[in-house]
Amino acid sequence: MSRGQLRGAIACAGIGLAGFGAAPGYSHLDLLGLAVHAALADAGLALRDVDGLFTANMANILPTLTTGEYLGIRPEVAVGTNTGGNSFVDHLQWGAHALHERLCDVALICYGSNQRSGKSAPPDAPPYEIPYQPRDPISSYALAAARHMHVYGTTRRQLATVAVAARQWAQRNPLAFARGPLTIEDVLASRMICDPISLLDCCLVTDGAGAVVLVRAERASHLRQAPVYLLGCASAQTHRQISQMPDLTVTAAAQSGPRAFAQAGLTPADMDVVQLYDAFTINVLLFLEDLGFCPKGAAGAFVEGGAIAPGGELPVNTNGGGLSCVHPGMYGIFAIIEAVEQLRGTAGERQVPSAQTALVHGNGGMLSAQSTAIFGTAAVL
Amino acid sequence: MTLGEALPEAPGVAFQRYLKDGELWLQHCNGCAQQIFYPRTLCPYCGDNRLQWRRASGAGTVYSTTVVRQRPERGGDYNVAIIELAEGARLLSRVEGIAADAVRIGMKVQAVIRAASDAQLVVFEPAKGVDL
Repeated sequence: MSRGQLRGAIACAGIGLAGFGAAPGYSHLDLLGLAVHAALADAGLALRDVDGLFTANMANILPTLTTGEYLGIRPEVAVGTNTGGNSFVDHLQWGAHALHERLCDVALICYGSNQRSGKSAPPDAPPYEIPYQPRDPISSYALAAARHMHVYGTTRRQLATVAVAARQWAQRNPLAFARGPLTIEDVLASRMICDPISLLDCCLVTDGAGAVVLVRAERASHLRQAPVYLLGCASAQTHRQISQMPDLTVTAAAQSGPRAFAQAGLTPADMDVVQLYDAFTINVLLFLEDLGFCPKGAAGAFVEGGAIAPGGELPVNTNGGGLSCVHPGMYGIFAIIEAVEQLRGTAGERQVPSAQTALVHGNGGMLSAQSTAIFGTAAVL
Repeated sequence: MTLGEALPEAPGVAFQRYLKDGELWLQHCNGCAQQIFYPRTLCPYCGDNRLQWRRASGAGTVYSTTVVRQRPERGGDYNVAIIELAEGARLLSRVEGIAADAVRIGMKVQAVIRAASDAQLVVFEPAKGVDL
């Protein structure tokens, strides 16, 4: 924060405390909930007013998702930076910036702990789901796929089409991990893991690393590569654990997508190339629908017609995606890099001719958190 | 709630106490009347903290279902399902008393309480009269 930039611009409107001493039986989130309720009451605000969430703790790997789900809020700004005990002071600055930039209107910084009376549990094991032994993340995505099939008549063959299209793109990418022949029948015949998701509906497990450098546009124009401009970016979240997802057939991409498009002043029809985080085949169908590339329930038929494969009307996951190119646990960075390659025109055999716009969509948790970014070349500025 | 007052029984503790008595009780919000799962200290629908425990009917419908495939020597296949209770809340659970892959979305089920290793567990069985 440069000196004086926010001086006097931000104020604290409410405070709340809870669970001092010992609070036996209360989870860290129960105590956080009590403190949040008190602080909002103190401020004369309601939980529904909160659109910025800033939180961290030692129990949750995904603290803003777990806390957002518990509180029943879907913040547009969620910062979970964990730097230890100073985190919430640090969050003050990000909260201030977010407010100043009008990214949010009510920033909630919160923390709860039951370190005295609680028993230590493995980090981030959802206590009301773990006893049923879901094989996560696969089981959660399987439940979403089963529901999509039930409601919209989506078929396993349509899901398999996603895996085959990814492989066809991977065959044009010398860096892709899986480039051998793959048919729909191969996918359908692969070992069932969690019905209806079989082995080849799942992403690869590989090593890999990626990095992206961002600078201000004015500086980028003086550097070696043709600049690829960020035109819009937005995130949204709905839950942490799959049983709390409001509708298993609709992800928060339905919020992040329109917000990113609005920032970019573009529409799905304007996208030349699309990168969708494909941890499982069902992801691609959900995101095609939620981002507006086809109506809800229609993505199965859309992909079955060859739309996302090489030569199709909408090039999707042109590097081969997490299904056939690379997936070292977290894939989002690779989706960004492939979009940049396509917009630089350096994608070789898999290059989408004269691509000027690209959408990158990242997914987190159990279809929990969605981020959409739109990039473009100088031609679309 | 004022600091210094004794806290009421913790939500997760109350939930387990009812289960130990063989009953399924869930919180309802006095502010917006929603049934809430999992147990909390404030309503995720409206933010009110006046939550009231009520005995649930235990009647539910399968919202989605999967079979976790596992080799027989490791215990074999088992069901994982999301159940929507008649009063509205959803929870992850499993349907027992029927083959894991015979569970169908839309199937009517009834809660059963099982003793697990260190807690009571809510599972479901097909409701009486369900055509298997």
